[in-house]
Amino acid sequence: MSFHEIQLTVNGNLEHVTVPSNMTLMHMLREVMALTGTKNGCSAGECGACTVLLNGEPVNSCMVLAAECDGAVVITVEGLAGDPLQDALIHTGGVQCGFCTPGVLISARALLNRNPNPNDEEIKEALVGNLCRCTGYVRIIDAVKEAARVKTQ
Amino acid sequence: MVTNTHPTLPEFEYIQPKTLAEASEFLAMHATEARPFLGGTDIFVRMRDGFLTPKYLVDVKNLDGTNELRFDPQSGLTVGAAVCMNRVVASPDVQRIYPVLAEACRSVASYQLRTRATVVGNICNASPAGDTIGACLVLDGVLNIYGKGGLRQEALSTFFLGPGKTTLKPGEIVTSINFPLPPQGCAGVYLKLGRNRLSDLSIVGVTVLAAPDSSLPSGYRIRIVLASVAPVPLVAKHAEEYLAARPVSTESLLEAVRLASEACSPIDDIRGSARYRKMMVKNLTAKALNAAWKKLHL
Repeated sequence: MSFHEIQLTVNGNLEHVTVPSNMTLMHMLREVMALTGTKNGCSAGECGACTVLLNGEPVNSCMVLAAECDGAVVITVEGLAGDPLQDALIHTGGVQCGFCTPGVLISARALLNRNPNPNDEEIKEALVGNLCRCTGYVRIIDAVKEAARVKTQ
Repeated sequence: MVTNTHPTLPEFEYIQPKTLAEASEFLAMHATEARPFLGGTDIFVRMRDGFLTPKYLVDVKNLDGTNELRFDPQSGLTVGAAVCMNRVVASPDVQRIYPVLAEACRSVASYQLRTRATVVGNICNASPAGDTIGACLVLDGVLNIYGKGGLRQEALSTFFLGPGKTTLKPGEIVTSINFPLPPQGCAGVYLKLGRNRLSDLSIVGVTVLAAPDSSLPSGYRIRIVLASVAPVPLVAKHAEEYLAARPVSTESLLEAVRLASEACSPIDDIRGSARYRKMMVKNLTAKALNAAWKKLHL
């Protein structure tokens, strides 16, 4: 199998890596760069635990090849340190086991970037690809609304 | 033995051609071993599950003009092969003039999946469940296909041969899909039944496009396409012809629903039984026809 030399920006740092053809963006982030905030849930593009921002838009990083990311700009949950969404999730109790939280944070950040003041329905639609088995989602939705308020104040 | 429930992708060679010609030549040369891919949202899953083991995956995303989403008031809409579904949904032209296409795209999986998933990929995948295919059929989509002999065009209505099977020959690559201007005053609806309200694959999907058409005895041309109930996305021809031939009434709509469901040959699978599908396609077609009819007269 061939290897590919790629250069990309991850959380603001320029990285040069050599990746095999079958390595996903998720595996590269977790196993090459030790950014384990991005979780491996279903490996099938369904659960959203591996969601990251790729060139500003959320993707399931288990469904993107690392080799496709030459020149890309990637933000993982580690890159969201200090985001008001994090405080809001803690404050509302939107974190229980925490496994879905990184993906939820990324999807919610992407939502607020394109729609700073979403209503409940818009939040639900934006988070449909982030499965949470603990919270029942209500507090996650509350957190997104709270973070939107903080931002708009 | 412990089975790995999170298998990584099997080994393959990632090929990133620079031009359409290069991609086409490679695909033609390795016809049995190479597969083109766009967003990969389907092929990666099937590779992980062991259903597909291509030796080469050829990335046809960043090739000559495939990234273009363009609307022209005369010639209509062109959606490039690499244009992701979120871009289609967000396009003001699509929302204004082809809303049923936006509606169909929005029904696919999740936002983050639609950052990668493409309309052309959905079409080439040729799954009878493809959510966007119905909209593309009722909107009279025409594919632009690059191959050894140059460019050719094919109407989407003749493209599907069976589940996963299309008229594409080795080395042929769909570069975009064109939609003519939709008929004046048309109204479209996509109804999808999944196991949950959002994000699932369809158990049954129904796309309807209704438009006034004075050349027909009924005065209306009503298109109906059914998903997940036949080996290919199914145009309910008899139902369409029935509705074109006589005045639209509660009775004629009911008969069209019966004709549409008669045309179906669903199978049992993990999402639903054939019997359930046969019943639900009636309910959904009736609902979709009524919704389109209402929209038409708003």
